[in-house]
Amino acid sequence: MFCQACKKNEATIHLTEISDGNRLEMHLCQDCAVEQGITAKSQMSLNELLSSLLAAAPSDEEIRGQSGADMVCPNCGETLDQFRKDALLGCPNDYQVFEKVLAPLIQKAHEGATAHKGKVPARAPADTVKQNRMLALKHELAEAVKAEDYETAAALRDKINQLER
Amino acid sequence: MKLTDISNDVNEWFGGTGPAADVVISSRIRLARNLAGYKFLPRCSDHEKAEILEKLKSVLMSLDLGEKVFYLSVDQAPLLDRNFLVERHLISRNHAYGKGPRGAVIAQREFFTAMINEEDHLRLQVLRGGLQLAACFEQVNRIDDMIEQHIEYAFSPMYGYLTACPTNLGTGIRVSVMLHLPALKMTSQIEKFLNAARDLGLAVRGLFGEGTEATGDFYQLSNQVTLGISEREMVEQFEKNIIPEIVEYEHEARRKLLRTDSNMLDDKISRAMALLKSAHLISSQEALLLLSHLRLGINMREHMGASTPGIDSIYSLGAGRPDESATVSIRTINRLFMLTLPAHLQINYGKALEPSDRDALRAKILRSTFGHPS
Repeated sequence: MFCQACKKNEATIHLTEISDGNRLEMHLCQDCAVEQGITAKSQMSLNELLSSLLAAAPSDEEIRGQSGADMVCPNCGETLDQFRKDALLGCPNDYQVFEKVLAPLIQKAHEGATAHKGKVPARAPADTVKQNRMLALKHELAEAVKAEDYETAAALRDKINQLER
Repeated sequence: MKLTDISNDVNEWFGGTGPAADVVISSRIRLARNLAGYKFLPRCSDHEKAEILEKLKSVLMSLDLGEKVFYLSVDQAPLLDRNFLVERHLISRNHAYGKGPRGAVIAQREFFTAMINEEDHLRLQVLRGGLQLAACFEQVNRIDDMIEQHIEYAFSPMYGYLTACPTNLGTGIRVSVMLHLPALKMTSQIEKFLNAARDLGLAVRGLFGEGTEATGDFYQLSNQVTLGISEREMVEQFEKNIIPEIVEYEHEARRKLLRTDSNMLDDKISRAMALLKSAHLISSQEALLLLSHLRLGINMREHMGASTPGIDSIYSLGAGRPDESATVSIRTINRLFMLTLPAHLQINYGKALEPSDRDALRAKILRSTFGHPS
């Protein structure tokens, strides 16, 4: 099909505009499209993509119905709804807690990738367990202080200091 | 160290040197990292943020980088200082306008910055002039190793380095180059290029990052995917395949300009010089665009041996003037580019200025280089 504007080049850009029930079709070549100031829709940033995928993901209600448990991270208190608001997670443990919802999102965002293939820290993180334990204790400590349960808080603080050593 | 120690000149990586510097202004590698045992930054209280800041600041300042570094408390810095750092690409806009305790450790030669408490606990970046992504990576990687001897990063074997936003997961690496593409713009091919880049899964942004338009024909190109590929593979893809191809497109467009559009080229260059010589008020946007035309002319002469009336006239600027430093080179252009940016103007002037005063000062500085000093 030839370009409607210059009638010389092959039309590679096909536009359909629908307004007031009328349908208008335009077929242009690259150069004429540029001349007419028609640019392709700007790329969706990765963050926008993530947000739109999140909106499509099952809500907390539906998930609760499926697994029977609220998805809340025991380390930091983050919920799925919070994540949906700004696409940011609360703590490293969230990747495990929200695995079911995150896995497909991550795969989509990273063009099908599902596992890390790059650099690994020199310090072996067999301490992922230790890291999470530390975070959980800190969270408990904050709760205890809020509830003015200073005895528990002191005991927790000692545990944290021990772990840190 | 005071900001005025560096505010009067360009930094090394903006000096116009390096491989393919006639198209690739600079290369940058950034790594995103988070501390183990802490919440991600967006959910931290100010108290927790302060704790993280102290911890990372003391580690970074103790490293032996073979370079002098200085620390800047970003949350306590005045707005003008923060904008200045953004202009020099030392911190991101996000960091400048963020919330809560946050800081930056910056090498005096400005090739390395560590942003603490930006979107992640730590963001390391190394910058170099021209296409030098592999060298940038080796350097930032070494610094990452050094830091890791003192602290533990949040990491999972499955998902790699863990970040607040899943889009940075895995390697946490952002590979980017700043490109100057005036000929693609002049030959109306820039849209085609932008679409091709996006189809390749690359992010294209303006001079100062997300949301900024393409000022002065500058474009920042970077990867979007960070998981499922190794850092070295990504760097190699950029350095060996993607960027050289784009450089060739721009070169071809420049050759086309010489072949079929040299009048347009000369017209743009001459108008730029005329305005730079005589305007009494000029906005930052306009100055950057005019300087871009001159940069194109100079690069075409230096790298392609091009000679047109317009390009030749750039080289007659400053001829016969007693002040040798007025001879126009890429370095001069880049220096003017930097010094006429809003925060630079005000820091060097010594105080904040209204926009119209800035426009006048900017024009004055440009006139004194290109025209008769007045």
